[in-house]
Amino acid sequence: MTPASSEIINVESRTPRVRRFKAVASTILRRNDRIAFSISLGSGLLTIALLAGILYQLIFLSLPAIQRYGLGFLISSEWDPVHKKFGALPFIYGTLVSSAIALLIATPFGIGTALYLTELAPRKLRGIIAFVVDMLAAIPSVVYGLWGIFVLAPFIQESIAPILQKYLGFLPLFQGRCDGVSMLTAGLILAIMVVPFITAIAREVLLTAPGELKAASLALGATEWETIWKVILPYSRVGIGAGVVLALGRALGETMAVTMVIGNMPEISASILRPGHSMAAVIANEFREADSAIYLSVLVEIGLVLFAVALVINLAARLLLWRMRGVAKN
Amino acid sequence: MSRKTRIAYGGSAHISRRRLYNAVWLVVMGLCALALIAPLAGILGYLIYKGFSSINIAFFTELPAPVGEPGGGVANAIVGSLMVISMGAIAAIPLGIMTSVYVHEFARGSRLATIIRFVCDMLNATPSIILGIFAYSVVVLSTGQFSAIAGSFALFVMMTPVVVRGTEEILRTVPDSIRAASLALGASRWQTIWKVVLPAARRGITTAACLSLARIGGETAPLLFTALGNDFWNFDPTRATNTLPVQIFKFASSPYPDWHRQAWAAALLLVLGISITNAVARFATRTKTVA
Repeated sequence: MTPASSEIINVESRTPRVRRFKAVASTILRRNDRIAFSISLGSGLLTIALLAGILYQLIFLSLPAIQRYGLGFLISSEWDPVHKKFGALPFIYGTLVSSAIALLIATPFGIGTALYLTELAPRKLRGIIAFVVDMLAAIPSVVYGLWGIFVLAPFIQESIAPILQKYLGFLPLFQGRCDGVSMLTAGLILAIMVVPFITAIAREVLLTAPGELKAASLALGATEWETIWKVILPYSRVGIGAGVVLALGRALGETMAVTMVIGNMPEISASILRPGHSMAAVIANEFREADSAIYLSVLVEIGLVLFAVALVINLAARLLLWRMRGVAKN
Repeated sequence: MSRKTRIAYGGSAHISRRRLYNAVWLVVMGLCALALIAPLAGILGYLIYKGFSSINIAFFTELPAPVGEPGGGVANAIVGSLMVISMGAIAAIPLGIMTSVYVHEFARGSRLATIIRFVCDMLNATPSIILGIFAYSVVVLSTGQFSAIAGSFALFVMMTPVVVRGTEEILRTVPDSIRAASLALGASRWQTIWKVVLPAARRGITTAACLSLARIGGETAPLLFTALGNDFWNFDPTRATNTLPVQIFKFASSPYPDWHRQAWAAALLLVLGISITNAVARFATRTKTVA
């Protein structure tokens, strides 16, 4: 973009802020421009209103629950809708544990795949793997859930759980009877779902690593792996970290697949082979059945917490990306 | 990295250890990538294996059969899904395009444009179940009933930021020299946008719109307590409506093998629909018009 053309296009950003709207709306714009400008401005403001509306509605609807149960709601583990006893801890716990399992599994695979795609893969294989990643990202959550119940859960019950219990059964992590639906199943499904996400972002970040650095490292006699480990990864560390954080945000909010395989039991168990519950799942399952105003309000409050966590995580990722200026697209 | 360099390492123990490390790690990375094929093959394989045999004409023309009765189909869910998705898209696509026109054409670089872009990212990061609660509170609570409109509203909120960011990405590929040329010829800003910029970006915007459709096409969570579900035909947008993803969920959570079979078939159909939409999106930008 030449300086001259950018000047024409960016008239608005160059005028002092006070006069900006005037300049755009009257001097430079003609009548139909003004109409179009107003419509597009209105559209933009409407998107802001949507986010504000979500926040407002969530707070407004959860107010009764917040007033009645206060902060204790978040640390109580009792969930008994019939007697109006509500504690969100089992759900928060389930969401955190299943997402943690997912990230533990998905991160190495995601980064490994991204490295393979950017640094090593022959052209033909690259196309196939990129297709696989895209397909994994395109499959809807409910289909993952379907596959999870009927294929993955029995597989874990019959093959994975016995092995884990045989060799690692002394750990509290792998104790208790496994019925297939469990934290581990949910974590695995989530891992498959967020891998494409991590791969996509890590790949984007890796592509920005300057070729000169790579060439210099190779020219000095480093092997490909040494170049990746000591040059490329340190360079892209922050960006990849941001990608993992974004994937965490995805995993926390994932609803259908988790609902279908986590078992939906509001209890806290140290064993990941036991069923659990998650914040999104309890909303999906019980929102329609909520028979009292306070019950509904409690569910919305869980939603509010989930929303807040998702936004904070996203902000954190964006700050990371922002810090790594070259990669941040905006 | 050529073979020559490798030979140049020579044969000392230190160097051969480095080469071994190198080989091992390269293989590990390749295996990471190949490992992703396993779940995909597993899912697609099961979809085809379990679903294909249940797809017949009745599947497309009949209502879901009551428990215990064999046969039946998901015709009303297909129609309902198309209705809910298209109503959402009709609102989201123009709004998204106009918003990105503001962000990238009218107010590029301004503070408000940055805020809007940021808000879109936040909307994009919002868990879909939250959008269900939002649509419930805005539409269902105020009209007093579950409806296709409520479902569309949830999908609309979900789709808008995707369209905005997608379109903006495309507008960015339209060179500023074209805009400058149009303005220099005396065209107004809107004429430039409408007759020069948007036509140049047309294919790209089609792609963005298709991708956003594919993104919301399989969404279940926002529809659970908005469009709700319905065992019968419904063409009235103000009434509860069946949709394909919700029907799959219902089939899958039931204890009946016959419903499980249909769940696989419906899932196969859904994945097929989404893949086709994605393919159309790719196809639209295959021949680029924008330099």
